[in-house]
Amino acid sequence: MFEIPTFIILFAMTMALFSAIIGRTVYDKILAVNIFGTVTVLFIALFGFLSDRPDFLDIALVYALINFISTVAILKFFEYGDISKSSTKKEESDI
Amino acid sequence: MEILNYFSGIFIMVGSLSIIVGLLGVYRMPDFFTRLHAASVIDTLGAMLILSGLIMHHGLSMISLKLFLILIFILITTPTAAHALAKSALHGNLRPLKGNDSL
Repeated sequence: MFEIPTFIILFAMTMALFSAIIGRTVYDKILAVNIFGTVTVLFIALFGFLSDRPDFLDIALVYALINFISTVAILKFFEYGDISKSSTKKEESDI
Repeated sequence: MEILNYFSGIFIMVGSLSIIVGLLGVYRMPDFFTRLHAASVIDTLGAMLILSGLIMHHGLSMISLKLFLILIFILITTPTAAHALAKSALHGNLRPLKGNDSL
């Protein structure tokens, strides 16, 4: 029952990585990596049920959180050029 | 219990199909913001259908509680990430295509 969705999700992971390679702008690449993270969480959950040993769900939980944190951190780096700088401080330094 | 298994199978298959549809959109859409729209289908509809199908298949236990927690985390964090991505792309001078632009 779980074989076909697992293969579809493996195919989706491959295509998301390929999209990260051929993406035109940096935002396309970040979008593809974000898709890859979400699909990986689903793959971990489905593979646990496929092998009748759903013990890996904690890893999926942690992976979902790390995926969000990494996306926001990379976006902040590309938007402001610095991870630790906040947007209000930037306006103050301009004044 | 038998009918719940049928429903979980249907949910997981439709979720996989929506993941394929979202990836097709990421490859075929002309503009970054429309690509982001297509990718949000994967993050919300695909994840929601697959995880709720797994919860239905397993029944009530600690494992389905963990699946439910993953579902809640994904439903909170991925729209936030999509919003941050769109805002960052707008600040990075990436303009959306208008109707009369050539593709």
